[in-house]
Amino acid sequence: MIKHHLSETFIMAYAAGTLPEAYGLAAAVHISMCDDCRASAAAYEALGGIMVDEMHEVNVNTDSLQKTLNLITNPNDRALVHVRKVVSPSVLPAPLHDYVGGGLDNVKWRALGMGVRQCILKTKGRQTARLLYIPAGMKVPDHGHGGLELTLVLQGAFADSTGQFGVGDVEIADESLQHTPIADTAINCICLAVTDAPLQFKSILRRMLQPFFNI
Amino acid sequence: MIKSYEYKNKHLSVPFQGHENGVSLQTDRYRDPNNVPMALINQDWTALLIRVRDNQDSKAFAALFSHFAPRIKGFLMKSGSSASLAEECVQDVMATLWLKAHLFDPSRASVATWIFTIARNRRIDVIRKEHRPEPEDLPWGPEAAPDQDEAMVIAEDNERLSAAIATLPQNQRALIERAYFADLSHSQLTQETGLPLGTIKSRIRLALERLRHKMMQ
Repeated sequence: MIKHHLSETFIMAYAAGTLPEAYGLAAAVHISMCDDCRASAAAYEALGGIMVDEMHEVNVNTDSLQKTLNLITNPNDRALVHVRKVVSPSVLPAPLHDYVGGGLDNVKWRALGMGVRQCILKTKGRQTARLLYIPAGMKVPDHGHGGLELTLVLQGAFADSTGQFGVGDVEIADESLQHTPIADTAINCICLAVTDAPLQFKSILRRMLQPFFNI
Repeated sequence: MIKSYEYKNKHLSVPFQGHENGVSLQTDRYRDPNNVPMALINQDWTALLIRVRDNQDSKAFAALFSHFAPRIKGFLMKSGSSASLAEECVQDVMATLWLKAHLFDPSRASVATWIFTIARNRRIDVIRKEHRPEPEDLPWGPEAAPDQDEAMVIAEDNERLSAAIATLPQNQRALIERAYFADLSHSQLTQETGLPLGTIKSRIRLALERLRHKMMQ
């Protein structure tokens, strides 16, 4: 049962298509797992439909309809062809498969030390999306956040001062949150984390290691 | 036009004139073929798109084109596109409408909603030059018979939402504008929108529950 959802405005921006790609990935993954947020996204798409319907009209070229009909006869773009995306039950929902190039077995993990692993996913924009692997029971060092950070649980669970986060739950952290998340002891924790700025660790040693680890 | 609505959902905070007999009367009205709301006679985009889908009807397509193409062009230009790029995208979007018409399900979305999602995706691909991460597709099966009542309910939902937007305070309208045409700031992304979307959400939520139930069987 998912308890921690995306904020309404976040879903609206995703449905509107203006969210930067890395945040959009987190939204697509959460919506894949959460019917409440899927329904919200559909409602904001309906809002988009109303906005188009009420939009100020700009005249199209006189040959516009004819050119469109030609395009229908000879579609020249792969975007005009629908590809259905459904994957069998997996730790990584379909949108992540696109970025990883397969399922969990295909993730190219990089060790960060103390059993922690990460895999940075290629997205456009200044945000960074990464998969994080945190061994069961591991305490992530006390850190703050330089920008808006999203952490979405894909396997296992973690807890911090703000609550308990299980599969499908998403934590939205900003500058005001300073926390020490602890991975649940039962199972290794895998998360999708999207950051807008590098994490800021309190300890000086951690901060020195930070560029090296790129976290 | 449907002018009066009965608000049955607590999330809807915008005051409207309710009808005395409320919901049951609305249902009865839809069952009576002689009493179809005018909005649906004047702008039955769904029927036109179904004619494109089932009969490759180019007259129906031309009618859809003349209504939506200039609006999509306006939408794309307001999003920062040049007139020539917007023109090109409009043709792509309208061609997609025809080529993917077999995927249109009137019991799930209005034609305007569907066109919006096509235009939005084209804007991301061509104008923002980004990739849009899409959620996992749900295995929506073909409906045995498209439910006319459902399509009516959607049209009514949308009219109600449209009326509600018109009465929103300026700051909320500005937030929506920013969400659809610009990038929101981090602090705006964590806010609540406060929009009256309760009925639409619960209708879609119910459809999802029915689907999940079918998948379990």
